[in-house]
Amino acid sequence: MFEIRVHGRGGQGVVTAAEMLSVAAFEEGRHAQAFPSFGSERTGAPVVAFCRISDKEIRLREPVMEPDAIIVQDPTLLHQIDVFAGLKQDGYVLLNSHHSLETLGLGELVKQRRSERFCTLPATELGLKHVGRPIPNVPLLAGFAALSGIIKLESVIKAINEKFSGKVALGNIAAAEEAYLLVQAMMKEQADA
Amino acid sequence: MLKQTEGSKAVAEAIALCRPEVICAYPISPQTHIVEALGEMVKSGNLTPCEFINVESEFAAMSVAIGASAAGARAYTATASQGLLFMAEAVYNASGLGLPIVMTVANRAIGAPINIWNDHSDSLSQRDSGWMQLFAETNQEALDLHIQAFRLAEELSMPIMVCMDGFILTHAFERVDMPTQQQVDDYLPPFEPRQVLDPAEPVSIGAMVGPEAFMEVRYLAHAKQMQALELIPQLAAEFKETFGRDSGGLVRSYCIEDAETVIIAMGSILGTIKDVVDEMREAGHKIGVLGIISYRPFPLEQVRAALLGCKRFLVLEKSLAVGMGGIVATDVRMAVSGSGLKGFTAVAGLGGRPIPKSSLHTLFRQAEKEDLPPVTFLDLDWDAVNKQLEREKTTRRSGPAAENILHDKGIVSAKFG
Repeated sequence: MFEIRVHGRGGQGVVTAAEMLSVAAFEEGRHAQAFPSFGSERTGAPVVAFCRISDKEIRLREPVMEPDAIIVQDPTLLHQIDVFAGLKQDGYVLLNSHHSLETLGLGELVKQRRSERFCTLPATELGLKHVGRPIPNVPLLAGFAALSGIIKLESVIKAINEKFSGKVALGNIAAAEEAYLLVQAMMKEQADA
Repeated sequence: MLKQTEGSKAVAEAIALCRPEVICAYPISPQTHIVEALGEMVKSGNLTPCEFINVESEFAAMSVAIGASAAGARAYTATASQGLLFMAEAVYNASGLGLPIVMTVANRAIGAPINIWNDHSDSLSQRDSGWMQLFAETNQEALDLHIQAFRLAEELSMPIMVCMDGFILTHAFERVDMPTQQQVDDYLPPFEPRQVLDPAEPVSIGAMVGPEAFMEVRYLAHAKQMQALELIPQLAAEFKETFGRDSGGLVRSYCIEDAETVIIAMGSILGTIKDVVDEMREAGHKIGVLGIISYRPFPLEQVRAALLGCKRFLVLEKSLAVGMGGIVATDVRMAVSGSGLKGFTAVAGLGGRPIPKSSLHTLFRQAEKEDLPPVTFLDLDWDAVNKQLEREKTTRRSGPAAENILHDKGIVSAKFG
């Protein structure tokens, strides 16, 4: 079982991100369970959502406490809550920021972990560019597909098409494709360095 | 068709397949997504003929459902928590009149302190109302139980609550197999009421009944639920024939054949419990699970039969009979009375407190050793409780308990993250 925790703020599509991730995994024939952290979501307030992916039926209903991966949709949360709580030692982290991990003050943390599994992505900018709205969730999902290989880009695109239609779907697909390539390029750059 | 969807949406689709003719709705978390989705289907013309009635309260929702059902319409509504309490008088009327209304209860705690999260206090508070109550373990079972519920309700002319854990199921995206309209039509015939307000053959429904007949009418409600004990397994078997899967029934056991310790629970927590049981089985523990699907009627015989082979049992319940202990546990103890079986109660998950596997591992091992008090409060913060008790002992104006405990725990307001 692979467990993902998504952090963000109300209005950023955190819950939608976890749901779409589960749809992408379902499209690959796997079992998936997505659920929010059961709160009264308010715009701007910290929001958490979870996704489990498995090849077997998922019966477990506890919150994800030791995630294999963490997606952070708003880097200002780093100053507010411990977004890395419980992260497995070899876990993946994808942060929405146009800054580097070092600039965000995470250099030390990354050194203690598998640094190739950490990445930042300017997802808000990608959302603005392709969809016209500062919603980072879809580019982050595609970036996560590139970073982790847990799901395929085409499954993310299927999930986009299930959730959106018309121009919004096309914009999100373009954002997803660019995000995927960006993360792939960053990973290659790091591997070569 | 297999699909990955939200529990509420899956239930709404299943309800639509049951061809309800009147849906009354008043929003309250966590059931809101269900009636919202149904409202959209009615408005878009995808669910027809059906009247969607926005009412001004839950009391009105149940009153409208009563009127609609008495007029011969297949009626549906959904609620939770305080909403169920607010409609309580009409809840008793629906069953007292013998009207086969189906209602989803997206189980949620009851305030004060106000709390929107899951436990089973709401529907259990209506235990003696005469409504049947079926508890779903998964979203698949939630949608399947609704289809069975209309059959059961209309056959007996008695109302049913289909209970699904608020947020944990209603808001979870998971895989469900959505039946086809044809399958549901094959299983669920059109509503043929046993009583109906029909100008062509006028009757009055809801007569005042004095001491000379009241007991008989009430007894009939009990007799109907005893009939339901026979009917529920039959409907589940027929369901399996039509839809090809096990859903519903009275109880469901897991690994109990040689179990010395059996855990009993209702609803979605059964999934987590099964995972713990698998892990403990691998480590050589003789432990099993009994899930109760039909809480009302309560399957005394089936529970007794399932437990007689074990040495001890633990009822893990998301409810509390204040001043007494467990609510479900009381029924289970009744089922095994005279057997000499050792029984324990664990109250867990109130107000949405997570029930992690780690806590269950510890609890179940204590149960195995019979090293538990009669009633355990799982993961209760005793420091916080004792601090407040001490405050009350030493200070006359000790202040409001909820606010004091939040303050002691350093929480400014309820935690949303």
